[in-house]
This record gives sequence, C-alpha cells and structure tokens, in this order.
Amino acid sequence: MKWLKLGHIFNPSEHVLANNCIGFAQSPQTLVFDSFVRIFFSTRSVDRNGKYLSHVAFVDFDKKFQRIIALSHSIVVPLGGMGCFDEHGIFPCNVMRDGNKVLAYTTGWNRRVSVSTDAAIGLAISEDNGLTFRKVGQGPIFSAALNEPFLVGDAFVQRFNDVYHMWYIFGVRWVTYGSSTIPERVYKIAHATSLDGIVWRRDGRLIVSDKLGEDECQALPSVAKTGDRYHMFFCYRYATDFRNNPRRSYRIGYAYSDDLLNWQRDDASAGIDVSDSGWDSEMQCYPHIFNMDDDTYLLYNGNEFGRFGFGIAKLEK
Amino acid sequence: MFQWNKLGRIFNPQEITGRAWLQEYAQAPATLIFDTFVRVYFSCRPKPDSNGQYVSYTAFVDFDRADLTKIVRVAEQPILALGGVGAFDEFGIYPVSVIRDKSSVRAYYGGWTRCESIPFTVSIGAAISQDDGVTFTKLGPGPLLTSNVDDPFVLSGPKVRIFDNKWYLWYVAGTKWQSHEGRSEAVYKIRLATSDNGLNWLRSGQDIIENVLEEDECQASPDVFYYKEQYHMFFCYKYGLDFRHNKRGYRIGYAVSDNLSKWTRDDSQVGIDISECGWDDESIAYPHIFELDGQIYMLYIGNQFGRYGFGLAKLSTN
Repeated sequence: MKWLKLGHIFNPSEHVLANNCIGFAQSPQTLVFDSFVRIFFSTRSVDRNGKYLSHVAFVDFDKKFQRIIALSHSIVVPLGGMGCFDEHGIFPCNVMRDGNKVLAYTTGWNRRVSVSTDAAIGLAISEDNGLTFRKVGQGPIFSAALNEPFLVGDAFVQRFNDVYHMWYIFGVRWVTYGSSTIPERVYKIAHATSLDGIVWRRDGRLIVSDKLGEDECQALPSVAKTGDRYHMFFCYRYATDFRNNPRRSYRIGYAYSDDLLNWQRDDASAGIDVSDSGWDSEMQCYPHIFNMDDDTYLLYNGNEFGRFGFGIAKLEK
Repeated sequence: MFQWNKLGRIFNPQEITGRAWLQEYAQAPATLIFDTFVRVYFSCRPKPDSNGQYVSYTAFVDFDRADLTKIVRVAEQPILALGGVGAFDEFGIYPVSVIRDKSSVRAYYGGWTRCESIPFTVSIGAAISQDDGVTFTKLGPGPLLTSNVDDPFVLSGPKVRIFDNKWYLWYVAGTKWQSHEGRSEAVYKIRLATSDNGLNWLRSGQDIIENVLEEDECQASPDVFYYKEQYHMFFCYKYGLDFRHNKRGYRIGYAVSDNLSKWTRDDSQVGIDISECGWDDESIAYPHIFELDGQIYMLYIGNQFGRYGFGLAKLSTN
C-alpha cells in the first residue's frame, strides 16, 4: 500500500474545546455524510486532582479535508458517575451507522490503586446523526472475562455479511520492569462477533502475531474491506520507555485477511511511517481506515499520543 | 414460622494461632459435608497494612460431624492465592460459595480490587478443586461475572445451588455509590443468574427481594434451600448509610418462593435475631443454611461483620 500524506488537518490548540478541554485530539474516527465528514475524537480536561479526563468531541470537515465546518460545543457522550466504568474518561469512541441510528462503542476508563487504570467497552446510541448519544446503561456491554482479565477497550465494530464484528484489545498482564516500581501494561488485539451488536461471542484468542516480542503492546485495530480483502491497521509499541523514546514509541502496523478469521501481519506493506520532521516525526498511532466515495483514507495521530491532533493520508490507487 | 435455637459461637479467629493470614474475621461461612466432618469455608484477614487496609483470604475449618462445636482441622493455607498486579482479585477473595460437581468441587467467589474514586470494586470469580476442597485452581486470571449494563457496580456475594439439574447463582449487585461523611458507601441488592453448566450464566438484571427499611437498603448473602415443598431464602440486610456500631447494622431476613422466580419477603418468619449480649448482640449477618443428618442448621456471623467469628443455630422441628 502507498499512502499520500495530506497533512496535519486538526490541531486542538487552535480551537476552543467544550468541557474545558485543553489539548489532545486522539483516535479520530469517522461518520460520513453526503456533504461532510464528522470526525469524533477524544480530548482532555484536567480534574481537581490534576489528572486528565478524556471527553468525546467531534469536528465536521468538508470532504476534501480542507475546511472545518463545525466543532462540537457541548457534551457528546457524558462520562459516568461515581464508581462507573467510564467515570474518568471515554477514549476512544468508535461510531457506526445502524439503520437510522448511530452506535458508539466507547472505551470507558476508571482509575485503580495498584495499577493506574482499568477499562471496559460501553455502548451509546444517537438518534440525531451523532450530535448526542444516550448510553444503553450505566455499565459496560463488554468487559473483562476469565481469560481476558482487564483493560478491555479500543472496540472497532463493522458489519460484514449481517454479522457484527468487533476488534478490540485486552490486557494480558501488568509488568514491572527493571528498577521501576510502576506497573506497565501489555495488551493485544482480539475479535468477537455478534448478531445484534449487544451480545458478543469472543474468539478467545489473539489474532495478530507479535513483532516486538511477547510484551509488544497492540492497540486500536481498524478494519476496512477493499475488493475481497480485509485490511487491518493498528498501532504497536514496546511496553517500556515508549513515551519519550521515538525508537520505542507507537508505529502503525498492518495485517490482512481474506476470511475475517486468519490475519497475516505484514507491516512492511503498511505503506506509512513517521515523517522526517514535524508533528508525526516521533510517533504514529491510533489509525482509522475508512472508505469514502471512491477513495480510502487513513486518519492517525502523531507525536505525544495525539497531543497536537491528527492528520490524514489518502491511499494511492 | 421458623424458630432457630442458637448453639453459640463455634469459631473465633482470634483463638487460631500460627497463621499470619488468619488473624481477624471469619466471614461468610459456607459448608461442604463429608462422612465424618463438616468443612466450613470462611473468609479471614491478616493484620491490616501500614495504611490500615485489609486483604481477605478464604480458608476452611473442619468440624466433627457428630459434634459441630468440635474443631478437627484448620486449613494450613488459604484455598486460593490472591490475584496478581491489576487482577480483579488482587486484594481479597471473599466470600466463597462451594458446591460438589461429580468428583470435583466448584467455588464461586468475590474478588476485590481497590479503586481511586470509590474504595473498592468486586467481581465474581470461579475455581475448581480436585482434592475435596483443600486447594482450588482458578478457571482463569479474570472474572467469571463482572459489571455489565444491568449490573454496573459491585458484583459480589455469590451463593450457588443446584435444583432439578439447573444451576442457580444468587448474587449481590451494587446499584449505586453514595458519599456520606467522607466515606463512599455502596447500595446493593439481591439478584439471580441461572445456568445449565455453572460456567455460562444468564443474569436477570432484576432486584428480586423487596426492601423493608428504605430504598437504599443493602441486601446480601442470599442462601436458598428447599424444605417442605417451598424454597426458602435467608439473607441479611441493613441500612445504606451509618450502619456501624448501632442498630442500623445487619439483620437476617427471610423470603419464600414456590417457583424460584417470585419471592415473598416476610421477615416476621425468620426466627432469629441479635442476642441481648455477647458476640452477636449488635448485628447478625451472612446466614448459610445446610441440612445434616435430618436436622437443618444455620451458620451466621455476629458483630462487626464477623470480626469475632461465626456461630451455629439449629432449626426447631416441632
């Protein structure tokens, strides 16, 4: 694959964001309309403890990604109350049309004591084309299980042949390395299917092979079909020293499948890498692949996990 | 009406020596009956850590079947290790409910972890024993049942039973957290899950026992048995706030059902209350009912959530 980078199209520091958010525009994900594209992302406020809270927002672009038409100015999906799985943030938010509704599969974050956080997947439904969403309940629809013990998140849902497919990640272990006392997480990509988008059956296995060893962290699977082939873009990194060391930080990985069951990892064919300089020169993460009209696009975040927003690339034919 | 005759406290954790992990508390007694003894699982705690925080372990004590006040063995080790870093059961395994399944013993347990905005949350784990319940192996590092759309908060207090080849798991579901005088307190209600195999559970997501104290009444330890052609549930309940060291703490309640789906609460039939003085004069909780040699017994905990152990009562059959 060969991607043509169209550039850094959204920088949150250039805008006034709702909910007192002060930066970050992470994990851009699209809802395509006839005349514009709504891009949902997660941005951050700071709570009274000085810790971040992630909030869902959106920005509407023209279909050439040259002009911003609108920016959300109020709550899109509210955070949960005390003790809820999504009390401390929603990130990312995956949206999908389902009839005249829009489904949002959210990853809700809640803080822990011995480790920093846990996560689970929620569902919220919009009946106004994604302006506002109503949660189906206070709890998650998809969370930890016997062999998927924690950090269940990053849902990406698509319908193929009348079956709902969810690609997601779960934590396999928390590890403390070297002289550090802070546990770091290791997570991997998995898959589940559903007939209604609510009740899911897990495959119960890891579907993308490791490239960086068994502690490779894999995140944010995003899948699109072109021709007879399914393409998955995701991001991966080392489990430690990945925040400030550009050699160990997130890169975009790629796998393909012809049957939605078996995936062949082939990062060499991803066709995109960090730039020599600029906003995506040290890290690339949270890819989102989507088809629009007759083209295929890839949204992604750059340095510092999307602190400075996102860019877009177009697949060359 | 039931009438329970108290036989006294039969286990006091403060009297056990040589086990650093068993210093205080003996909570949520649950039985497994053998030919010559009755094994009673309970949850206990070592001394609190330097921050005053506890962890819970579950172990067992064996009583002579012919004399249920006579201890014949105390577990040398907890039946399960706590979970690893970040696991749902890193900070406690409490309570445990056991049931025989052919030659093995299944255990369903509450696993505790600590949270930032609330003190803890709980999910239900599962384990299996092949040595008559001395040691158990977890079915996985994660929970069997955890929060979902209908059960968004604490999920704890499993009580497993099999009736007519169908598995029943009564459990306790948190319905909200509330802040009160600097503490976060959970409100929780009794609910039911059913299964054909003990592994895949269908939860009803409904409260099944009506409140008598208030909307925020907390209900726990729903133990069900079949007797005289009806199903009987003993459980415990308390006020939602300000329930420590006063009259708002746990009491034992009662409900009856003909079909295991609709329950009629009638605490006037319960036949057991706090004592006038002694180890159970402030609160009684965590009832567990079992049948042995033609008699029906109740195990229950006393003051301060079982800090000083559990006692035994016997059903009058006149």
